[in-house]
Amino acid sequence: MLIKTNPGIPSSEITDPALFRERRRLIRFAVGSAIGTLSAGLATQTAHGTPKAFESVRKSDYSLQEEPTDYEDITQYNNFYEFGTSKEAPAVLSQGLKTRPWSVAIEGEVEKPAVVDIEEIIRSQVLEERVYRLRCVEAWSMVVPWVGFPLGQWLKQFNPTSRAKFVEFVTLYDPDQMPGQRRAVLDWPYVEGLRIDEAMHPLTILAVGLYDKVLPNQNGAPLRLVVPWKYGFKSIKSIVKIRLTEQMPKTAWNKSAPNEYGFYANVNPDVDHPRWSQKRERVIGGGLFTPKRETELFNGYAKQVGHLYAGMDLRKFY
Amino acid sequence: MIRITRGGWRFFKLIVFAISLLPLGGIVFDAVQNNLGANPIQTLQYRTGDWALRFLLITLTLTSLKILFGMVFQMRFRRMMGLFAFFYASLHLTVYVGLDQSFSWAHIMEDVPKSPYILVGLSAFLLLLPLALTSTHRMIQRLGRNWQRLHRLVYVAALLAVIHFFWLVKADLREPAIYAGVLVFLLGVRVVHAWRKAETRKRKLEDRNQKTAVRILIPDS
Repeated sequence: MLIKTNPGIPSSEITDPALFRERRRLIRFAVGSAIGTLSAGLATQTAHGTPKAFESVRKSDYSLQEEPTDYEDITQYNNFYEFGTSKEAPAVLSQGLKTRPWSVAIEGEVEKPAVVDIEEIIRSQVLEERVYRLRCVEAWSMVVPWVGFPLGQWLKQFNPTSRAKFVEFVTLYDPDQMPGQRRAVLDWPYVEGLRIDEAMHPLTILAVGLYDKVLPNQNGAPLRLVVPWKYGFKSIKSIVKIRLTEQMPKTAWNKSAPNEYGFYANVNPDVDHPRWSQKRERVIGGGLFTPKRETELFNGYAKQVGHLYAGMDLRKFY
Repeated sequence: MIRITRGGWRFFKLIVFAISLLPLGGIVFDAVQNNLGANPIQTLQYRTGDWALRFLLITLTLTSLKILFGMVFQMRFRRMMGLFAFFYASLHLTVYVGLDQSFSWAHIMEDVPKSPYILVGLSAFLLLLPLALTSTHRMIQRLGRNWQRLHRLVYVAALLAVIHFFWLVKADLREPAIYAGVLVFLLGVRVVHAWRKAETRKRKLEDRNQKTAVRILIPDS
């Protein structure tokens, strides 16, 4: 299947800068009067483990104009095999995960490798709200208001070399804290990867929160990837290492079942999972009689990302 | 030995019937309480499917108890257990057709061929259908020996149901493996039993042949 090249976002979708500044002022005013501070968002878990709110999160034009899924559903229905393979287990078993102190290593094909503290990462970034649709390979979907920042602009500070063709991400490996890792359901630690142009795409973000609050552990605290046009399993959680490489990374689900989960894993209603259809998806939060939703090519982000796959056979590179 | 009266059996059956309805009660209760989780349709699919498989295995267990320990008390409940397996399987199928696919035949026709595990599950259900239809006293009498032959299909249905479960799981095979283990044990009991019965029959036949041979040798005896 050929995807016609369609560079970037049409100008109609880009907000006029004057309007943008006006919006920013309004948001700042609202936030400012409510909290009485204009400092950049910075937050950690409070003593009782209830997530603290970020103080200033900028709206983004990349956000969907859709009602987000309930916070309760987003935080109680999770695929995070490090904390068990049921949907309910992560919310319970992840509570013991220590997300502070936490550091992330950036290594491989970069001129300036580094180990960065999570607080420093959050402090150095302008946090944005990105309301994205999350489509799971299991044929369900949610609309999640993430808080994060674009991966690409952040990665640039480490000066990727010309040999950096891929980005590999690694989750924490610690069976003491992650009970699911005591059984070899997958080849731990969880590894995911992107092509460098996918990683640099403005839609690709690293998330540190959702619903303006610090990311709950079961959703991948303290730092997770979000790639909205790919199946959910690409959006790796609780990242400790980011490695730029020349070779395509060997990713966890691809290793587990190569004929079922490819490296690309782009949402595509026309390329079925070998054991089920990807044509439609169950939208979480609907009632018992709500019909499924038609799945869209690249999860509805075809205009923005279609050109990345121009000329590629999406059946072969699933 | 305690003799159970007709009324006594009826009472026992009523109790077992009520207990067998408890899983449905739990599901309905949770549905009314809005307690089916973030993906209620999937929860309904899983819970009705689990109970269909469990009742199928309970049905097979009753006969195994007779084979292993000579217990017969429980045999009076075998038909009811089998029918409950069919009942929960019907609910399972109804949830798929009605809630998951919103009664859209076009979508179902599209979905089923792409999902081998649904095909296998559907086959299991179709095998249970004639068993449920021929479960009456009248049908048992009318079919005679063929009734038992027909009802051996339950083994195939149970195997397909377990494969159906295995095939839909992504990576964690623990749960379907437990059901598979139980099924393998229950089928194993029958295989060993059938093999022993065949052996005994052979031996008896040999004994009889030998006796005949002796008689021929000593015509006076």
